[in-house]
Amino acid sequence: MAKMTYIKAITDGLNQVLQDDPKTLIFGEDVGKNGGVFRTTEGLQDKYGEDRVFDTPLAESGILGLSIGLALTGWRPIPEIQFMGFTFEGVDSIAGQMARNRFRFGGTVSMPITIRTPFGGGTHTAEMHSDSLENFFTGVPGLRVVTPSNPYDAKGLVISAVENNDPVLFMENLKLYRSMKDDIPEGHYTVPLDKANVVHEGSDVTIVTYSAEVNESLKVADKLAKENISVEVIDLRSLSPIDTDTIFASIEKTHKVVVVQEAQKMAGVGATVASEIAENKIMSLDAPIGRVSAPDSVYPFAMAENDWLPNADDIEAKVREIVSY
Amino acid sequence: MATKSNSVVDFEKIKSTMSDPYNKPIQVINDKGEIVNQQLFDQFSDEELVNFMDKMVWERTLHEQTMSFSRQGRLGFYAPTLGEEASEMGIASAMKKQDFIFPAYRDLPQLIQHGMTVEQGFLWSKGHVNGNMYADGVRAMFPQIIIGAQYVEAAGAALGIKKNNEEDAVAYTFTGDGGTSQGDFYEGVNFAGAFKAPAVFFVQNNGYAISVPRFKQTAAETLAQKAVAMGVPSVQVDGMDILATYLVAKSAREYSASGNGPTLVETLTYRFGPHSSAGDDPSRYRTKDEEQPWFDKDPLIRMRKVLTEKGLWSQEKEDKLVDQYKADFKESMKKAEAAPKQKVSDFLKNTFEVPTPNVARDIQKFEEKESK
Repeated sequence: MAKMTYIKAITDGLNQVLQDDPKTLIFGEDVGKNGGVFRTTEGLQDKYGEDRVFDTPLAESGILGLSIGLALTGWRPIPEIQFMGFTFEGVDSIAGQMARNRFRFGGTVSMPITIRTPFGGGTHTAEMHSDSLENFFTGVPGLRVVTPSNPYDAKGLVISAVENNDPVLFMENLKLYRSMKDDIPEGHYTVPLDKANVVHEGSDVTIVTYSAEVNESLKVADKLAKENISVEVIDLRSLSPIDTDTIFASIEKTHKVVVVQEAQKMAGVGATVASEIAENKIMSLDAPIGRVSAPDSVYPFAMAENDWLPNADDIEAKVREIVSY
Repeated sequence: MATKSNSVVDFEKIKSTMSDPYNKPIQVINDKGEIVNQQLFDQFSDEELVNFMDKMVWERTLHEQTMSFSRQGRLGFYAPTLGEEASEMGIASAMKKQDFIFPAYRDLPQLIQHGMTVEQGFLWSKGHVNGNMYADGVRAMFPQIIIGAQYVEAAGAALGIKKNNEEDAVAYTFTGDGGTSQGDFYEGVNFAGAFKAPAVFFVQNNGYAISVPRFKQTAAETLAQKAVAMGVPSVQVDGMDILATYLVAKSAREYSASGNGPTLVETLTYRFGPHSSAGDDPSRYRTKDEEQPWFDKDPLIRMRKVLTEKGLWSQEKEDKLVDQYKADFKESMKKAEAAPKQKVSDFLKNTFEVPTPNVARDIQKFEEKESK
């Protein structure tokens, strides 16, 4: 066990998969000698060589297309897209190509590709660095989308993603990179794909959320506990697929739900979660489905982030409203 | 417009010399069926010459048969290849079994030469998954519909081949003249160049991207010269001349397979008919006056002339081949038409190796439905 930040936990996970499987390759813009713009791949090129960890020309479509060709010739690519806002440059390679290839080849070809990409607000980045674009990818059949909210999950999920034989989009939250530390087991362990996690048990209301909003939600759960309002917090971890079993089990217990996301209301996966609940558990609900999300504007200019991003106060207000409905 | 005399740079002069290295496409037999490069011609045995002609007859018969099937409603999307036989079969003749090929949607003939069966070609056209399920050891991607995607993917396969330390193997890919305007075209060639990866990029310039003529794609005088931007050696070849196309493709392949990095080849050809079987009408955007000189350059006519003069070919021989190929294609169509009905549950099973819970629920639902 060692105390690690979210980013160090990812580095540790990447080190593990490089060590375990000689076919794994890490590449992207500045991931080699520089160790990544956030130091996520720090030391990996020194340890595994330029054949395994290398820089690419500055072209996202090229990086992702490269991954497909490498996968077809027997490699297990782990490309990085420097910021999620830049994935637009490579949407065809992700959604038009790699996610469809197993299907196209009648199940005979695998695309074991893990695309790592940072996103998320709160650190005053430049334009198109922090946008939550998960909804562009959660609607793509053949692609999994995951995002950890803490260092333990970060390492276990990245290992699961790389070991999976289908493409996974692994979203890393910029604000979480260095804001917390967990005890991280040494060596190999996994956190399952496709599975949500109950991070705080409660009986009065369920919060369904993911990524940085998990921590905001936990603050609310702790605060309301002092008033004997018992909040259950579910960290989705997997945004595609959504683990509805875990959500439904919680609703059977609490009968009230608030869905929380950092993305704009028209984006994210909140609407999918809400519609699954409405379709399957509406008779179990004692209140409308509450939703907390960012306003439907373009991601804000840096100085306005605090006014725009949903935070614990927004969540607390909505939870109080739903609990007292 | 003249450059102002006080300008420090003479851009007009720079522009006028940019296509200089490309202004004489390689040719072995000219439009009239005359041997213009005896030295190159003498490299071929009689058997090889006949084999090239045979392949072009095969491709033309395949084209005619698919058009006939299309008119009968027995095929779906199909991109005609009439006029491009020399380019496609010249390129295909230089491929080796160990090469990984990335075809575009018009490149079924090359894909079939590489190991896709004709039956699978028809199934691909009709829209059946079996069309994409090649036999073991056939290293090929399905025909790529997204123009340019095959270029970045070929760069990746070339890097994979290099990392595998495979000897004498390359990634082989094709696009058209319109495709050279895509970002992925540049990214693919540039990546292969930067990684010194064994990729051979072909541009089959048939003059048109649907209705848009080649000169509307770019101010560049040749498409081959685009590779200069990526630091990749390139060449232009008469794509109506199968001998020249083959020799150039073979040289490019050998250069790339020997660890020198990628190459790019532009074949100059012409699409004799419509863009696709889906109702494109070239008379909307082309004139007979433009088309006729190209029809006169028909790659089969010139090869037929050369071979007949050498006593290696006859009309009877060709007719016999055509009849044999037609019979084969009809047989393949019968097999394609007997393919099992596709199941939605299989589509779902093929979406992930380990189905996600929502997909698993759908599999169950459709299996129940399909068993009734």
